Amino acid sequence: MSHESTYRPGSFVERWLDKRLPLVRLAHDSFVDFPTPKNLNYWWTFGGILSIFLVIQIITGVVLAMHYTPHVTMAFDSVEHIMRDVNYGWLMRYMHSNGASMFFIAVYVHMFRGLYYGSYKEPREMLWILGVVIFVLMMATAFMGYVLPWGQMSFWGATVITNLFSAVPVIGDSIVQLLWGGPSVDNPTLNRFYSLHYLLPFAIFGVVILHIWALHIPGNNNPTGVEVKTKKDTLPFHPYYTVKDGFAIVAFLVLFAAFVFFNPDALGHPDNYKEANPLSTPAHIVPEWYFLPFYAMLRAITFDFFFISSKLGGVIVMFSSIIVLFFLPWLDTSKVRSMRYRPVSQLWFLIFVVASVALGYLGGKPAEGTYVVLAQIATAYYFAFFLIILPLLGLLEKPKPLPKSISESVLKKPDLSSANAASE
Amino acid sequence: MNATTETKDGEPTRRDFIHLLASSAVAVGAAGAVWPLVAQMNPDASVLALSTKEVDISAIAVGQAIKVIWQGKPVFIRHRTPEEVVEAEKTPLSALKDDEARNANIGDKAAADDSNRRLKPEWMIVVGVCTHLGCVPLGTDRGESRGDFNGWFCPCHGSHYDLAGRIRKGPAPENLKVPPYAFVTDTVIKIG
Repeated sequence: MSHESTYRPGSFVERWLDKRLPLVRLAHDSFVDFPTPKNLNYWWTFGGILSIFLVIQIITGVVLAMHYTPHVTMAFDSVEHIMRDVNYGWLMRYMHSNGASMFFIAVYVHMFRGLYYGSYKEPREMLWILGVVIFVLMMATAFMGYVLPWGQMSFWGATVITNLFSAVPVIGDSIVQLLWGGPSVDNPTLNRFYSLHYLLPFAIFGVVILHIWALHIPGNNNPTGVEVKTKKDTLPFHPYYTVKDGFAIVAFLVLFAAFVFFNPDALGHPDNYKEANPLSTPAHIVPEWYFLPFYAMLRAITFDFFFISSKLGGVIVMFSSIIVLFFLPWLDTSKVRSMRYRPVSQLWFLIFVVASVALGYLGGKPAEGTYVVLAQIATAYYFAFFLIILPLLGLLEKPKPLPKSISESVLKKPDLSSANAASE
Repeated sequence: MNATTETKDGEPTRRDFIHLLASSAVAVGAAGAVWPLVAQMNPDASVLALSTKEVDISAIAVGQAIKVIWQGKPVFIRHRTPEEVVEAEKTPLSALKDDEARNANIGDKAAADDSNRRLKPEWMIVVGVCTHLGCVPLGTDRGESRGDFNGWFCPCHGSHYDLAGRIRKGPAPENLKVPPYAFVTDTVIKIG
C-alpha cells in the first residue's frame, strides 16, 4: 500500500538533504512509519532474520578472504591457518559456515510461511518470484563456498554437481569443460568459484532490495490473507515490528551461537577435514544438509523415461523442482489467500512439509532399496502438490468464511476453532 | 516518443533506418565484448600443455592394476590375467547396457566388444571416472570391491563395470572411456 509520506525534516541539514537526496525520507517511510498489518505473527519475522544473516555472511566472508588462498596447493592449509593461527579466525570461519546453515533454515521457514499464507498470490507475484531468484542465488553461492576449503567433500561435491551439466544432450561436455576450465575440477575451477563466491552475495543484496521494494508496493500479507482496508488495520513498522523482529532475531542468534560455540561441526561433514584427493572418492558423497531434498530428487530417478536417460531425467527433475516455484502464483487457483480458511488445503500442505523433510532425510541415505522407493514417492508428491493438488483444490475446496477485516479477526475472535486451526 | 513519423506512402523514414542500424551495431558490439569474457573460462594454454603423459607399465604384475593421473583425472591400467581376458571376450553384446566402444583410439559407433576396448588383450586402460556423476570407481587397488562383474565398482551410486570397463549394472549410462593412448615401446605407453 503506497502511503503518504509522513517524514517532516526538522533541522536545517535535514531539509537541505531532503531537497537534494531524500534518503532519510525513504528510510523513514520504509522502515519507521511504514503501515504494517497489526496481526503479523512470529512466522513473519524471518525476513528480518534473513537480512541479518546476509550481513553476517558478507562481513565474516570479507574477513575470511583476507586470510584465504585460492590455490589447490594452499587452499586447505590456508583454511587450517585461519582456524589455528589467525586471531579469532576460528570464530570467523565457524560463524561463516554455520551462518550459511542458519541462512537456509530461515529461508525454508520463510518460504513455507509464504506457501501457507498464500503470500505469493496476486498482487504479490513479483515479490514471490524475486524471492525464488534470491533462493537460487543463495544455493549457487553456498555450493561454491563449500568448494573453497578444498577438502574431500568440497572436491567431490564440486565434481558430482558440475557433472550434472554433462547430462545436457550434445553440448553437455563442452559446458562442463567451460565450468571447470580444464579436463577436471582443478585450480582454474577453484579460482573462478572463489571469484563468484565473493561476487554473488552482492548480487543477492541487490535482489533483496528489489524484493523489499516489491513488498512495499502492495504491503505485507498477513495471517488472515485479507487485505488491509483502513488505517485501523495497521500499525507503524517502528516501534511495533522493529521490536518484534528484534526479539526474534535475538532468539535466532541464540540458536546460531549454540552451534558456533558448542557444536560448530555438527552440520558439516568430517570428510571435509581431509584434503581433496582426485584419486580417491569418499565412500559416500553427500552435499550440505540444505541441498539434501534436491539431491534426493536427483537420485530418485533411477529409470529411463522414453528417450530420456535416468541421468538426464534426474537432472531435469531436480531443476524442475525449483522452476515450478516460479509458476506457483498461477498454479494455485484458490481465491482465498490464507490456508487458515482452507481446511482441506492445510492437510495437503502438512503432507507437503512432511514430504520435503523426508526428502531431506533420504538425500543423506545411500541410494538403494527402500530409500529409493520412498524418495520416488516423496518426489512424486512434491510435484503433484504444485501441479495437481493446488490447481484442483482452488476449484473443489469450500473455504471457511473470511473475516471482513484484519481488525475484526483480531478484536472479535468470534470463532476460536478457526484461529487454532491456523497452527500458529 | 513519436519522432519517427512515417512518410506519406507508409515507408520507414531515414530515422527508422538509423535506429535500426545503431541498435544492430550495439548488439553485435555487445556480443563481441561478451565472447572473450566467456571464452576465458575454457581451458588455458598451460592446462592444454599437460595433455599427454608417458607411463612405464613394466612393473605391473599380471592380475594387478594401477592408477595414474592424466589431465587431472585418474586412468586405470589393469594387467589382466588370460582367464580374465577370456571372460571379457565371451560377454555377448546383448548383455551390455551401452554397446558402443567409447574408445578414443578407434572411430565412433564401434561395437563394445572387448577387442574394441583395448590395443593389447592383456592391457585394459580406461579413464577412472564414472560416467554417472564423475566419482572414481573402486577395484584398482588390492582389497577394493570390484563389483558384481569383477571389474570396477562405483560406490557413489552403485554402478558395476566389468573387466573391460563396460557398464553392466547401475545408473551410469556409458562405458568407462578409453583414453587415446599408444604403446611407445612394449613397456611404455603414452596417454593423450
